[in-house]
Amino acid sequence: MESGAARIKPADRPIFERSAAARRADPLFRAGLTVLAGLVLVLLAFFFVFLIVKARPALAHQGVFSFVFSNDWNPSKDVFGAWPLLAGTLITSATALVIGVPVAVATALYITELSPARLRQPLTILVELLAAVPSVVYGLWGVFVLIPKLRGTESNVADSLSFLPFVGGNVAGPNYFIAGLLLAIMILPIVSAISREVISTVPAEHKEAALALGATRWEMIRIAVLPYSRSGITGAALLGLGRAVGETIAVVLVIGNSTVVGKQIFDQGYSLAAVIANEFGEAANDPLHAGALIAAGLVLFILTLGINGLARGLVVRAERRQGTRLPPPTETAAALVTPEERPA
Amino acid sequence: MRPHPTFTREQEQQMSSMPSDRRDVAAAPGTAAAPDATVATQAGTGHSMTVRGLDAYYGDDKAIKNVSIEYRANQVTAMIGPSGCGKSTLLRCLNRMHEEIPMARAEGSVLLDDTDIYGAGVDVVSVRQAIGMVFQKPNPFPTMSVFDNVAAGLKLNGVKGVDMKERVEKSLRGAGLWEEVKDRLSSPGIGLSGGQQQRLCIARTIAVEPRVVLMDEPCSALDPIATLKVEDLIHELKQEYTIVIVTHNMQQAARLADTTAFFLLGEKIEHAPTAQIFSNPTDSRTEQYVTGKFG
Amino acid sequence: MNTTAAQLLAPTSGRRRTTDRVMRAVLALGTVVALIPLVLVIYYLFSRGLKGMSSTFFTSDPTGNFLGDPGGVKSAILGTLEIVALASAIAIPVGIGVALYLVEFGKKTLFAHVVRYFIDVMTGVPSIVFGLFIYVTLVTSKIGGSFTGWKGSLALALLMLPVVTRSAEVVLDLVPESLREAALALGVPRWKVTLKIVLPTALPGLITGSLLAVARGMGETAPLLFTSATVMGTTYNLGERMNSLPVQIFNDISQPNDAIVNRAWASALTLVLIILTITLIARVAARRSRVA
Repeated sequence: MESGAARIKPADRPIFERSAAARRADPLFRAGLTVLAGLVLVLLAFFFVFLIVKARPALAHQGVFSFVFSNDWNPSKDVFGAWPLLAGTLITSATALVIGVPVAVATALYITELSPARLRQPLTILVELLAAVPSVVYGLWGVFVLIPKLRGTESNVADSLSFLPFVGGNVAGPNYFIAGLLLAIMILPIVSAISREVISTVPAEHKEAALALGATRWEMIRIAVLPYSRSGITGAALLGLGRAVGETIAVVLVIGNSTVVGKQIFDQGYSLAAVIANEFGEAANDPLHAGALIAAGLVLFILTLGINGLARGLVVRAERRQGTRLPPPTETAAALVTPEERPA
Repeated sequence: MRPHPTFTREQEQQMSSMPSDRRDVAAAPGTAAAPDATVATQAGTGHSMTVRGLDAYYGDDKAIKNVSIEYRANQVTAMIGPSGCGKSTLLRCLNRMHEEIPMARAEGSVLLDDTDIYGAGVDVVSVRQAIGMVFQKPNPFPTMSVFDNVAAGLKLNGVKGVDMKERVEKSLRGAGLWEEVKDRLSSPGIGLSGGQQQRLCIARTIAVEPRVVLMDEPCSALDPIATLKVEDLIHELKQEYTIVIVTHNMQQAARLADTTAFFLLGEKIEHAPTAQIFSNPTDSRTEQYVTGKFG
Repeated sequence: MNTTAAQLLAPTSGRRRTTDRVMRAVLALGTVVALIPLVLVIYYLFSRGLKGMSSTFFTSDPTGNFLGDPGGVKSAILGTLEIVALASAIAIPVGIGVALYLVEFGKKTLFAHVVRYFIDVMTGVPSIVFGLFIYVTLVTSKIGGSFTGWKGSLALALLMLPVVTRSAEVVLDLVPESLREAALALGVPRWKVTLKIVLPTALPGLITGSLLAVARGMGETAPLLFTSATVMGTTYNLGERMNSLPVQIFNDISQPNDAIVNRAWASALTLVLIILTITLIARVAARRSRVA
């Protein structure tokens, strides 16, 4: 104790005195931020309404049902049946899920449950690097590497597995499969990152309980980890689906851009996003065509909204059960928060 | 609220029952503990606080039930009671920090001298400038140096015309930390030991020159040696400030406080000179608590 | 019947052990498979990209000639930097502002939940839809010219905003409540607590999140096609049409000319290196995070 230390006497300034301006600062600051947050909502609503207004002429011309489900896209004749595009979007996205999700989940399981501790961080970063590659670069790689290099293999598969539905026949250079494969690679990091987050919320007690019963490592994964994280992993897969559905540039480069629905997986096709990117230039002076493209964007928007809403519900449910808040389901944010940084 | 007795006598008794090293500190020249100095401070150079009919709620739960209590100027008042008794909530109500807890609200009045801090037109920010608070866990600002931590209150309040260096040194001396940190004022505040951090937080609080210092279990996260230092400091501080301390440690209350209030389930059960609370309480629940029958 | 210790500790059945081994191998294989595309993309980027780096690659604009020298991509690199800089200048402050509202003021209010929900919605909106938004509102209406750099920036800002906000929200949430309380108890007004205590404490994390958003915006092609492209020359005026690396690559891919395709590879390598550098800086910033 420093006895005889200098002491502070509370000054005799008047208590509770603060200028009116100083008092206004807090409410103002709060109001400012609230308005900012509100502005984001207003902006989104505005865009949404604007899209509908602009798409309306085309939808009125073609009919909403016919726009979505009729199989004839022919802008030069003012016929806009977007089924070939929607079908392409669904086929490529489904292919991406079938290829991408098992690999992504395997990666997530390996990294969280099996890999040596010192490999965990590097592996995580490497998988995340896949997300750092822009889609146009994937497109470039797809056009000049995947398409030529895979052509032979695709032909062999088409011939030998022609008994399967949607397989067999001529292999087009750009086709649904190539697009789906590229999409699988592109959704891999997000599906893996979110699966990893979900898997890491499995309580250690559950896993230890399984191991204490004499379960092998894999049995522990099967009886403790997978059931617990199933809904979260499904959510992750759906978020990946949302990505795949909306991806434009990589797809437009490798799908072939044919407005006829392909008969098999190695046929050329089209997708909603791809048609917008391809045709908006020529549509600039044709309000009907432009409207049809905007309507395609609207369908895409609504499709991704539905998928993401569902996905988020599942991931949020996984969070709730654990009582912790998972980082937001984007691979960037997942990268941001390492597990030990998460609030308890 | 029953009238406060004059309890110089009890305090003397209390002091004679203290361990001798304690008494030395307490009786050091110029400290408040000398009997006549106590009388002088009781005459009231500082500021008192009075709580009248206070109710506090978390949502629908009533955490404080119609509490009235007086905190005398330049005294240490301890609030004890089992956890969940509302003592920490009451402390927060004393500088309106309860408003930072979602769903919490308080009704009643809390006077600083004669001014109701819940009164219309009273600004919450100035309330907290006048009534400072030290928390359970030391919480220095991690981005700031030792110096900046102490100066933070003044700088952030935009106080001008203060010799910042002088004020920081004064505050650090006041918190008994100056000798330990004077050579590393520019190193990060979180680099100090736990006990030093807590004294840094006290320095930070007194640097803005409050009238009253509220302490919420300030030693519960500290080791015994650090606790001793902080307790010594509290003894010193009461010369300048009115101090309200919440503690779960009855020995600490006995060592530090002039008066002690016992709380149970949101109600004030008893408030009396510390010696009386621990040796001869009027309420049987107080007796059961201080003798360790529950809590 | 008594069981001996030897019986008890006998290895688990062969079938179970085999399953365990096989499944472990499958999961490890899955991880290897996941990394194959990364290795291949990087390999081709370097092997083909370095070939395309001519002496004038960084110093000249695309010539537009199909034969002879296709020129470099100076305008594209500068354009990307300019467009992304403006987009960041919009998205980062607004995004962090919204996150501040959510963490410091909104908390569990209904309005905050709605905002949070729509920010989530925005993260799922395909980038091409953001391009369309700007296209139908600003480009077709010819506000301030038809295609301009700043409209590209707006489209990218829309894309980056939710990334900034969600990451900032996470980081701001990690700032211990005790620091806010300490400052409030010193009689510091809320807005100063937010700006002078909360923001600096969360700064490394905010930088990381923002940089990752920048990296994300930098690689986007689709929104720019509708808003700022296409032009070949260098410009420093965001009010004019503006070239960008992704759009330049996209346009080069469809040219049946080896020199132009090589330029696309070189541009892709450049773009990826820029993005990786930003990502790397972001990671270093994250390491320095003071929020535990």
